[in-house]
Amino acid sequence: MLTLRVIPCLDVDAGRVVKGVRFSGLRDAGDPAERARAYEAQGADELVVLDVSATPEGRSNATDTVRRVREVLGIPLTVGGGVRSVDDARRLLEAGADKVASNTQAAVDPPLIDRLATTFGSQCTVLALDAAKRQDGDGWELVVRSGKERTGRCAVAWAREAAARGAGEIVLTSWDRDGTRAGYDTELIQAVASSVRIPIVASGGAAHGEHMIAAVRAGASAVLAASILHDGETTVLDLKRALAAAELPVRT
Amino acid sequence: MTEKSAGLVVVDTGTANLASMLAALKRLGQSPELTSDPVALAEARLAVLPGVGAFGQAMSRLAALGLEDAIRARIAEGRPLLCVCLGLQVLCTASEESPGIYGICAIDARVRRFADRPGLVVPQLGWNLVAPLADSRLIEPGYAYYANSYRLEAIPEGYTGATSDHGGQFVAALERGPLLACQFHPELSGAYGHELLGRWLARARAC
Repeated sequence: MLTLRVIPCLDVDAGRVVKGVRFSGLRDAGDPAERARAYEAQGADELVVLDVSATPEGRSNATDTVRRVREVLGIPLTVGGGVRSVDDARRLLEAGADKVASNTQAAVDPPLIDRLATTFGSQCTVLALDAAKRQDGDGWELVVRSGKERTGRCAVAWAREAAARGAGEIVLTSWDRDGTRAGYDTELIQAVASSVRIPIVASGGAAHGEHMIAAVRAGASAVLAASILHDGETTVLDLKRALAAAELPVRT
Repeated sequence: MTEKSAGLVVVDTGTANLASMLAALKRLGQSPELTSDPVALAEARLAVLPGVGAFGQAMSRLAALGLEDAIRARIAEGRPLLCVCLGLQVLCTASEESPGIYGICAIDARVRRFADRPGLVVPQLGWNLVAPLADSRLIEPGYAYYANSYRLEAIPEGYTGATSDHGGQFVAALERGPLLACQFHPELSGAYGHELLGRWLARARAC
């Protein structure tokens, strides 16, 4: 049967891995290609590279980083950040991405998802969905522009629409939990996973294996982690051992 | 080994993520050349047909380039060919993904979508266990990476290969001599895929 995926995420700014809390306060966390190689050796099932500088500055030039990572990486690579068009996506795919994630632009221009899915296939079309708890506490709203803008739109409804338009996977990030190590927002995961059939990648807030087990039990097909791996607090292998100890299927 | 990497072509399908396949072959010391020329495909010692988006789109691209005959001939003549993901599916007669469109028809089988069943996540995105048949010579048991919504349900007559399970058994790979057609992506399957590509290259070069 299909195994659960543990996915390190490299937030990349100007060719370096960075990591912050709630999408800001970025600090240096190494070279993307070196990180990529190390995580594959640890047993990573996949890698995500997000060009975090792309949207605020209105550019998308992660292609050099993607090319360097691809040369050494033998597992799937999802790339996001600043994907505004089919041509942007094609550039990233040609540089070595296997899947392309769109976030802000998909929210602004939802038919972009249809165009990406038609051109490259659903298996290649990923929605990066950043969601924040509504201030009145009732449900979650879609957040765009690297967390800088709350839209007021229902995050779960957007997930459903994106899946219907052809997205093949959702990287679901809790804005409230990102970088906090307080655990994934499992209520958010459950709400989205029960609304769509496509795989959900849980993101934002992981500190240890217990958080990942909770995300999987809430319906996630994969778990994403960044700072705990970059800081060397744990390894992909340790996280997978924790999942396996809970009798969840992992690739060993 | 002066001709170690001579004559390995990768079919340029226009929309596929070719970079991963090229990078994987380069890590094996190969110098793959991209081609969309039927003559080059026919004459190359080794050829790779990567995954290419949607079934109908892939077939119209292959037809427009005149590549169908070259692929069919390589299979009929038992010459080295590696097909990946949709590259396997287009060898069949048709697919539920694109009703009314014929495939290359080298394999008498139809490709179907995974069952629509509660709890079964589609597309299948991730690592699944590959179980080779007893007479497979290239495929080892292990985990490989998949990215597909459609699959072949049974290994056709005249082939060996491997199966995996996602809401029921399906075809992980087909094998016949130097023909290897994988539903999974060896180029994205880490050490498992690297070793499988190495075995296919060795088998193909020995032909």
